[in-house]
Amino acid sequence: MNHSAPGMKTSVAAPLAQPLPGVRRPATAWIGIVLLAVALAVLPFVLTGIGTAWVRITNLAILYCFLALGLNIVVGFAGLLDLGYIAFYGVGAYTYALLASPHFGLHLPFWIILPIGALIACLFGVLLGAPTLKLRGDYLAIVTLGFGEIVRIFLNNLSRPFNLTNGAQGITLIDPFRIDGFTFGKPHTIGSLVVSTPVNYYYFLLIVLVAVIVLNLRLQNSRVGRAWEAIREDEIAARAMGINTRNMKLLAFAMGASFGGIAGGMFSAMQQFISPESFVLVESIMVLSMVVLGGMGNVFGVIVGALLLSYVPEVLRYTVGPAQMALFGRTLIDPEVIRMLMFGLALVLMMLFRPAGILPSAVRKREFETARRPGNGQGTP
Amino acid sequence: MTGEVRPVLLDAQGITKRFGGVHALSDVDFQIRRGEIYGLIGPNGAGKTSLFNVLTGIYPADGGRFVFDDRPLIGLKPNEVAEHGVARTFQNIRLFANLSALENVMIGRHVRTRAGVFGAILRDRRTMDEERAIEKDAYELLAFVGVHRRANDLAKHLAYGDQRRLEIARALATEPKLLALDEPAAGMNATETAGLKSLLEQIRARGVTILLIEHDMKLVMSVCDRVLVLDYGKKIAEGPAAEVQRNEKVIAAYLGGGVELAVRRRTSPEVRSAVQ
Amino acid sequence: MDTFLQQLVNGVTLGSVYAIVALGYTMVYGIIQLINFAHGEVVMLGAMVAYSVIVALAGAGGALPPLAILAIATLTAIPVCMVVGYLLERVAYRPLRRAPRLAPLITAIGLSIVLQNIALIIWTRNPLPYPQVIATVPYRLTATPDGATITNVQIGIIGLSIVMMAGLLLLVYRTRFGVAMRAVAQNPQVAGLMGIDINRIISATFALGAALAAVAGVMDASYYGVAHYQMGFLLGLKAFSAAVLGGIGNLAGAMLGGLLMGMIEALGAGYVGELTNLCHLSGWSDALAQRCVNDPHLELFGSNYQDVFAFVVLILVLVFRPSGLLGERVSDRA
Repeated sequence: MNHSAPGMKTSVAAPLAQPLPGVRRPATAWIGIVLLAVALAVLPFVLTGIGTAWVRITNLAILYCFLALGLNIVVGFAGLLDLGYIAFYGVGAYTYALLASPHFGLHLPFWIILPIGALIACLFGVLLGAPTLKLRGDYLAIVTLGFGEIVRIFLNNLSRPFNLTNGAQGITLIDPFRIDGFTFGKPHTIGSLVVSTPVNYYYFLLIVLVAVIVLNLRLQNSRVGRAWEAIREDEIAARAMGINTRNMKLLAFAMGASFGGIAGGMFSAMQQFISPESFVLVESIMVLSMVVLGGMGNVFGVIVGALLLSYVPEVLRYTVGPAQMALFGRTLIDPEVIRMLMFGLALVLMMLFRPAGILPSAVRKREFETARRPGNGQGTP
Repeated sequence: MTGEVRPVLLDAQGITKRFGGVHALSDVDFQIRRGEIYGLIGPNGAGKTSLFNVLTGIYPADGGRFVFDDRPLIGLKPNEVAEHGVARTFQNIRLFANLSALENVMIGRHVRTRAGVFGAILRDRRTMDEERAIEKDAYELLAFVGVHRRANDLAKHLAYGDQRRLEIARALATEPKLLALDEPAAGMNATETAGLKSLLEQIRARGVTILLIEHDMKLVMSVCDRVLVLDYGKKIAEGPAAEVQRNEKVIAAYLGGGVELAVRRRTSPEVRSAVQ
Repeated sequence: MDTFLQQLVNGVTLGSVYAIVALGYTMVYGIIQLINFAHGEVVMLGAMVAYSVIVALAGAGGALPPLAILAIATLTAIPVCMVVGYLLERVAYRPLRRAPRLAPLITAIGLSIVLQNIALIIWTRNPLPYPQVIATVPYRLTATPDGATITNVQIGIIGLSIVMMAGLLLLVYRTRFGVAMRAVAQNPQVAGLMGIDINRIISATFALGAALAAVAGVMDASYYGVAHYQMGFLLGLKAFSAAVLGGIGNLAGAMLGGLLMGMIEALGAGYVGELTNLCHLSGWSDALAQRCVNDPHLELFGSNYQDVFAFVVLILVLVFRPSGLLGERVSDRA
């Protein structure tokens, strides 16, 4: 392997300007990590105390983190706006449901189906991406939106002439995860401790989430991640530097889609029931908002965004309804509507006043600031 | 031209490019030899940047062919051209403005390195070795062009002259055989230009051939071995700098001698007869 | 042949509505290169406001002739929509005019959600049966008794669309305002230097598009006989696809694209079932033939795929001819 540029003989005495990413952490950081791990391990039991529903909500929140991180690869890293992301989630969910339910009488184990789901979703991603990735950003957004709708319409109608998806009724009795006789679908008792079904999944999801976070961080800090950043910054310059922008964009798209596919499979197993209702446009927009609100391109920002948008509506659900009852004696406005209103307003207000998100990626933030300074040509691409 | 004749690196034959009815380049031939600094000059709108864009694959050529390093270059995408060993800078600097100077150069290493998604995720030894090498090479290149002290600053926060140098470092990171520079001295003061001149000579000393578009005639005349002159998309002269300087067509193109010519070219027959 | 004629009539009607909505997208895009994602919601608001007016007037005793009721309702919806269109631009797009492209797109999505939910609060989440103030009268187009027909409502929609399109063209090509608008579309900076108030022109463009949208909303709801707080979403997307098909930024393109989109959808919905009926292949397989005895409509795709056509057209156009049928080259790198 010859890494050096031609005639690279000038030896430089100065130390490397930047430590290599993520090689060593100070002891305090480790203590923090351990404390966080303990807190997360105990969390489901605390939540069970408040109400089992909160464990389920937490599970869904983790799933949303997962989805948002997948979309972040596409939107945050590579700068491609995808409004049909939920379609890949749907593809993964249906793959799992069809291969592990009485619908076709197939009951494959989850560790086989999840990769299959990821692969199929990835295939869909490539199919959609290959012809459309040369389009300008806002056009790509609309095309992906259209794609998402097409997938949903097909899921809804593929019950005839051959019953593939069971149409709007959806698929029921989907197998829970099972590992060698241990099923996630039932409570287990360890000593006097009862570990309920949602708590089983909680731990599983948590482990997967940690893996996904590590994966995201490592991707961002790599040759591939830099190529994505370059494309996001200036596509023409990126190509002139020898980056195959088409392939790299396709790679981002395919990776994002695979993430969506895996998340879909987990959703299927957890809910044990899916229907096209779960894969509507609003869900795509929801996941996109998590990425945008949290801070495009920043892994931890995206997680904050996902948790916020998962929990706040639930809190609303439990507070706004009763509050209205107490004040007016009846529910004037459905909490769901209030949730959507707040969500729409949040999108608008964030873009107007904090376009880089709650925890902006350093890079994105600077980009937005340049854009807003009047008279700076860099803003309008 | 003095000394021995070096082998040809880039052979351009009959390069033609039209934009609608405008002939940006018509039938341009030239050869660049290994290890030389080859100047490309001409008045504004002569087709210099168009030639760059056709060479580097940003525009497809309407006719002609490039043979680079004994391989045909026509019809390739910009990234493939870079892979073949042609790197460029841009007239209006196109750095990755929100990335650090070091990252900019590291991205230049992309085309000569291989780590993929699995390497990135698994961080195996080979990937980490490569990462370290990328960073080291990038830093050395920054030092070579003299911007290493600003390695961690965002590219856009660099001084103008440093941005030009950073862009050269980024291009060098792709290990080019031919480095195509589009007006690198534009906007530089005399001191900076002098520094640029010595940088160009150092780059040549590393074995990299340079194709240079430049308006600063002093720089062109002092650094270029040979010069190609374009006017209205046509080659009007080619040869050693000193010869070209005395060429009458070149003088006419640069000093208003072409005014009459231009009127004739730009007007329709009716208007022309009316004028006469 | 009668099915064909009937679907053609339906397609032209639908296409007229799409064309009117598409004009709104294309005008805004032409002037500031922005996809006004919330435009469909303005159409919905137009239909909803007119609905309330119609219900109020019709309930008031029926002293007014039906056409007057419809006219008053539409004329009420227009200013409301114009205000909404103006506010959209003022509040959400103008501050982001220099921001990266994605920013206004995201605000637009947010606004869509807000407008939909406001409509939900005011007009409930149920589909509202649109009052048929004008009794539908079908006119036969062929001699056969159960042949193709065209209704008075369809004639009204098509006629009104033609009048509005002609009016718009006159406005854009024959007035001072139109010249200013085209100047801003060409080059806002230079237009500004020439003394044109760019912001006023942009606001006016949004308001103009919204006025058209209001009428389109009333037409759409009257045609289908139903209004719903989510009706703007699909309608908007289809109209946007129509604008892209014709060549976004091009007025004639939006009209042509709208018309074509309507016809593609109507003919597609009318024929896709028959075309993809697997029973045509009965000769090839006995098993298939047997199934077809019980179920002669073994269609791969039925008319429930109607909504897919617009998206398929959109994707195909963007992939193969991003500039649309009449447009200039618009697709560019990020």
